[in-house]
Amino acid sequence: MRALVIGGVLAGLFMLAALVSFVWVPHDVEALDIANRLKAPGDGYVLGTDHFGRDVLSMVMVGARVSIAVALVAVGIGMGLGVPLGLAAAAARGSLLDEAIMRGNDLVFAFPSLLIAILITAVFGPSALNAIIAIGIFNVPVFARVTRGAALSLWTREFILAARTAGKGRARISAEHILPNVANLLIVQGTIQFSLGILAEAGLSYVGLGAQPPTPSWGRMLAEAQTMISFAPHLALVPGLSIVMTVLGLNLMGDGLRDILDPRIRRVRA
Amino acid sequence: MLRYAFRRLISFALALVVASLVVFFSLEVVPGDPAAYMMGLNARPEAVEALRAELGLDRAPAQRYVAWIGGMLQGDFGTSYTYRAPVAGMIADRLWVSLPLALYALALSTLIAFPVGIWAAARRGSAADMAVIGTTQLGIAVPNFWFAMILVAVFAINLGWFSAGGFPGWENGFWGGLKALTLPAIALALPQASILARVMRSALIDTLGEDFVRTARAKGLSPGQALRRHALRNALIPVLTIIGLQFSFLLAGAIIIENVFYLPGLGRLVFQAIQQRDLIVVEGVVMLLVFAVITVTFLVDLAYAAVDPRLRRG
Repeated sequence: MRALVIGGVLAGLFMLAALVSFVWVPHDVEALDIANRLKAPGDGYVLGTDHFGRDVLSMVMVGARVSIAVALVAVGIGMGLGVPLGLAAAAARGSLLDEAIMRGNDLVFAFPSLLIAILITAVFGPSALNAIIAIGIFNVPVFARVTRGAALSLWTREFILAARTAGKGRARISAEHILPNVANLLIVQGTIQFSLGILAEAGLSYVGLGAQPPTPSWGRMLAEAQTMISFAPHLALVPGLSIVMTVLGLNLMGDGLRDILDPRIRRVRA
Repeated sequence: MLRYAFRRLISFALALVVASLVVFFSLEVVPGDPAAYMMGLNARPEAVEALRAELGLDRAPAQRYVAWIGGMLQGDFGTSYTYRAPVAGMIADRLWVSLPLALYALALSTLIAFPVGIWAAARRGSAADMAVIGTTQLGIAVPNFWFAMILVAVFAINLGWFSAGGFPGWENGFWGGLKALTLPAIALALPQASILARVMRSALIDTLGEDFVRTARAKGLSPGQALRRHALRNALIPVLTIIGLQFSFLLAGAIIIENVFYLPGLGRLVFQAIQQRDLIVVEGVVMLLVFAVITVTFLVDLAYAAVDPRLRRG
């Protein structure tokens, strides 16, 4: 419970910053102000300015928007495709369909999201959308596997047997009885994939495969800060710590949610 | 075991074929003609046509796919569009940086994670255990390339213990090369070690609760002996899976980390190739990495079955 609160506060802080950035930022992130370049934190610029005189706090706020949006949509893609696949595989256990879905999963697992991003970028050129697709595709087999695993054990339970005797079809049972019972697990996994997505997006935009200038993103801020780390360390510390705190917050939330939503695990731990 | 190995071998081969189809045909839809791109704007159409024929671009996609696969099986990855050099040679040069880096990081991560995980599991619930949980929780949240930048700032720029980047080449001495890869390997290894230590800890805690460990204690073994002789071996299965999975993450991570240290590895090669639209290089590198991941997964599956006969039925 404590982990959930601490994690929620940490991650919530950055989500709030991202939301606020839609209506208000301290300074315009696209306005260059060379007179105020490389200012240390404080004095009108809470977190200092970069080599173009852009306000670091404003950039981190808008960057939060990009990171969170990319990771969140990628989780949506992963769930939207992975959960139905996992439900179908479990409902048709041992059939050709099940085998095909599982082998397809293995195949996608062989492509780390970085490789998918490289392929997509080679074809379409770099953009934040590519990062979303790459991370989203990577998420699909994760959700398919979790869903199938949990659904398989549910299919052997009495209440499913009862539903079948009542004449419900496999698709209807999957939607009405299996899905609600795996939802808790999916929420926990969703939090984990959310945090992994933030890390992946940062890595992709760091190597130039994610959001493109002038949109600020945490990864690209770090790439730009790299050559200035000896005389302007705040440029590397601020976005870096933002990533760490967001990911840490989401991971703590995931742990906390698991403890609450999955009483089986809680009993083992206690 | 043989039958199981054979079945896994077939699905391994099948995965490679499908993966190669995906890689080849996803780059096939790219608009633009590499030959025209190479010859520049003022090229005569005949010259472009001749180059197309030389590169084999005038053939049907299916034919080129077969030629590409056939070539790769013989170690011929084609000719780079920009450098006019064999792709296989370019990849081999870069692989001598990326692969040692990934293996170095894997070794470090395993060497750190095993003792830490075992130590924490043996003292479950103590302050030391809590410290390990907290530290690894933080380690998982740190992006490795940012951690790498911090390492450069502290150990290269401030303390001067390492150079901030670049690679002297193995031909100029093994230790010099290893030293140049040390900071990148640490940056790659620590987040992975955090994950591995957690897996080691929880797997060991699970097996320590098993009946056979109680039996071992009942016959007079000390807690340490029971852990070493009975629990540890049984806890290794989940740990092995994670190590196998981590290898692919480390290879991909190495590609990103190379940018921090200006290392001439596969990462630099592939990002340059993307910018120059040198697609045959992109194809070669991606295929090689996918091959590595699929092979490691296959080997881990076999290792599993060798360790645990129950899994052979799977």
